[in-house]
Amino acid sequence: MNPLEVLFQFLGTTVLASPAVLLAVLGLSSLINRPLSESTIARLTQGAVLCSLLPAIVILAIMLGTGIRHVPIELGNWVMLPEEQFHFHLKFVFDRLSIPFLMLSCVLCGVVGAFTRRYLHREEGYGRFFLYYAMFFCGMVLSSLASTIEALFVGWEMVGLSSALLVAYFHDRTNPVRNGQRVWSIYRLSDAAFLIAAITMHHLTGRGDFGGLMSSGIWPEGTAAITSSQALMVGSLLLVAAAGKSALFPFSGWLPRAMEGPTPSSAIFYGALSVHLGAFLLLRLSPIIEASLTLRLMVITLGIVSAVCGGIMSRVQNDVKVSLAYASLTQVGIIVVEIGLGMKYLALIHIMGHASLRTMQLLRAPTLLRDYSDLENKIGTRLPRDSWVGASFLPPRAQRWCYRFGFERGFMDIALDKWVVQPFVRFFRWCDAVERRATDALSNEASRESDQAELHPEDFKSAA
Amino acid sequence: MSELHFPWIEISILVPLLGTVWIQLLGDRENILRHAIAICSLTLVLTIGELIDFVSIGSFEAHDHWLLLDWLFHRDVFVVDELSAFQLPLVALIFLVTVMSTLRTKAPRFSLKLTLISECLMLATFSCRSSWMLIALLIASTVPPYLELRKRKRCTRIYVLHMAISAALLPVGYGWLSAVDQTSSAILIPGALLTVAALIRSGIFPFHLWMTDLFEKATFGTAILFSTPLVGAYAVMRLVLPIAPSWALQSIAVLSLVTAVYAGSMALIQREARRMFCFLFLSQSALVLAGLELVTPIGLTGALCLWLSVGLSLTGFGITLRCIEARISRVALADYHGLYRQMPMLAGFFLLTGLAAIGFPATVGFVGMELLIEGAVDVYPFVGTMVVIAAALCGITVLSAYFRIFTGHPTRTVVPMHARPAERIAVLMLTLLILGGGLVPQPGVASRYHAAKELTRLRQSYPGNADGNVAAEKGAGTNGTGLVSRRR
Repeated sequence: MNPLEVLFQFLGTTVLASPAVLLAVLGLSSLINRPLSESTIARLTQGAVLCSLLPAIVILAIMLGTGIRHVPIELGNWVMLPEEQFHFHLKFVFDRLSIPFLMLSCVLCGVVGAFTRRYLHREEGYGRFFLYYAMFFCGMVLSSLASTIEALFVGWEMVGLSSALLVAYFHDRTNPVRNGQRVWSIYRLSDAAFLIAAITMHHLTGRGDFGGLMSSGIWPEGTAAITSSQALMVGSLLLVAAAGKSALFPFSGWLPRAMEGPTPSSAIFYGALSVHLGAFLLLRLSPIIEASLTLRLMVITLGIVSAVCGGIMSRVQNDVKVSLAYASLTQVGIIVVEIGLGMKYLALIHIMGHASLRTMQLLRAPTLLRDYSDLENKIGTRLPRDSWVGASFLPPRAQRWCYRFGFERGFMDIALDKWVVQPFVRFFRWCDAVERRATDALSNEASRESDQAELHPEDFKSAA
Repeated sequence: MSELHFPWIEISILVPLLGTVWIQLLGDRENILRHAIAICSLTLVLTIGELIDFVSIGSFEAHDHWLLLDWLFHRDVFVVDELSAFQLPLVALIFLVTVMSTLRTKAPRFSLKLTLISECLMLATFSCRSSWMLIALLIASTVPPYLELRKRKRCTRIYVLHMAISAALLPVGYGWLSAVDQTSSAILIPGALLTVAALIRSGIFPFHLWMTDLFEKATFGTAILFSTPLVGAYAVMRLVLPIAPSWALQSIAVLSLVTAVYAGSMALIQREARRMFCFLFLSQSALVLAGLELVTPIGLTGALCLWLSVGLSLTGFGITLRCIEARISRVALADYHGLYRQMPMLAGFFLLTGLAAIGFPATVGFVGMELLIEGAVDVYPFVGTMVVIAAALCGITVLSAYFRIFTGHPTRTVVPMHARPAERIAVLMLTLLILGGGLVPQPGVASRYHAAKELTRLRQSYPGNADGNVAAEKGAGTNGTGLVSRRR
């Protein structure tokens, strides 16, 4: 190993270790019930973000200076069974996709960390927020730098769990908790699709690292090492995974629900980073998309449908955060279209610009409303609001339908509940009833003592 | 056969038995729980000593030093091997943490004497290599829960019906098997009898009703102790795996996967925590069984790793639920109980153990699940998909249960809700193992792989298993297509 490689290895390891150490410290203090002070937590967080960001900048500078475009960081095998050729390889990579995404993650996490320090000052859940934040940060860094599907999956799972827990952050109220559960359910489905796609890909290629999946070249120049029909099969599963993670159609319903979390988490997770993770996955595996025309058309269609839905829905919301969330969806839809069209660099630039803008908008939203209110009080009237000119070209009936469609959030949650959740619940409740009858008959008496547990079910009809 | 440096096996089995006598002599004294904890701790120390001694020998199997039973019966009754070496401390740990997490007010309901007898029988079962003795122990271990159900004046019909069928099929099946030519097709019927017996004991669909009934009617502690060591899976490993043809095992694996998905789905719709736990456990234990029946070294390694993970994580999950139940009675999942503020440590532990059970990254279950999926796809890709679906359903269940129990508007209580010191120690012990096993999985995986290879070899050496050899070679072969992390 030459000195440059040693330097890369050291810096890369620091980038990866820093969020892991933060998570370990905050997690341990929480687990043994020895809470740290607010200032200690804030300092640790700042330190961890800087220890990830600064080495990444140095790596980028060296890469630019030397013309190196691909820096793999090998941390060895986590698990290894040589006789079975089974290796859980901890391999990460700094390339033209991972570095911008990593830096974006670090910068936005840093900004939001600094903002949260004051936003949640003296809140009871301050430590809990930063614990989930650390898990999210760690997940983002792992996902950004992952060079193997397994490492990407680990980061992906961490991001999912922390997101769901943060949506349910205000856990004294049931609505955020219910929304957190909804987010988690969608994420689990997308995780399952991702894992099945990964299994299928390994089955087809026998390789786990992205370099192996893309038979030649480094991102974005690789070519998929699978046939067109295989790419369609794997790509469809990846599309489901990306749609779930990025709240694309028909999974958009979780995005407004995620706004129940504290504003900083809404800004960073659902407005900026988490919502782009699906697009990042499609970008990372873009050679697979390019291998199948049908798949490309599917990606483009999904992007267009999501963008249009997001556009309609964002216009009629009565909550600024929800409106911004749907505006994010519009942009993510357009990014997906760009990926489908093969404009990878444009998509990457779009992600970075949109994430930064949306973070600023979401962080500014609460005070902006107050400023508007002050201004209206001072001028003694409402500020003028421009309506969309295009709407006037639509027939009134279509306008009403669009309004209803947007206001009801595209009927997506209703459809999922009606066509997926309810049949599932109904079928297994029926199974449960059959089991009850069987055990009652065998026991010759009422067999369930659990029926005596006092139930106080909430009124689901009034749930949002 | 190698010899341990101390009679660890027999003494570790005898200690809980003598402990039962000791507790009987103590009568109804207040500190009886402390004595039980001390006895369980001593047993755990002995089983850990046994494991360390066994590992230091480096042999596949070993028997005790100064064999007492050998002297009495002139044969090796108890032998530790790579398949059981890790299971023995796991069983002792499960018993210890369950007894430690028992509230003093609940001790009269939860019979410590029967618990110690159960521990003795479990340890003897996991140390036993002789098939007839194993069958006898499997049957005997069903008695303590039955006695508890009788003592609590609960209906025992479902439990007795299932256990009686299982207990009858085991000796009949094994007796028949011993009487027929093992290379002929005549072994199919006794093999089927043994399989059904083991499936009933494991609670595989549609033979799972006794398990839900036991969780309903027995004390939660007894139900956890009877189920989480996965004695049914051990019976499959010792009695069925060596003799069953590959096609039969793959059929059982499919049945186990159906159970995993069905139980995962049922767990999701339950409105009471114990039943939810029972179905969650059934789902995860079915995955272990599915892995065992794949009979490829990778699948077996995954199953053996997952076995340890299920034992640790679901015991932790169960004892947390039990601690909550001890304070607020049966936990309804139609409510939000808002207990986080009163028991943050238990909340964190509940989430950790639940996530470990579904194979979340950096916990003990992750690598086991990955290996299991890898092994499953080698046999049939659809199987791997089923494993993923079952894990996804269980994941939704775990977080849903967490939200229902620990979030929502907190209610004031007059009883102290925080974890007691004994509960904290139990929780921290399991936490260390769950995170330690998740962050540094290589030693455990390597050891389980070695055990899996030996199991495959034993199966291949069985006279009637010519086709089994082909399947095992297919799984182990270098030409097999890989999935999660296989590279060429």
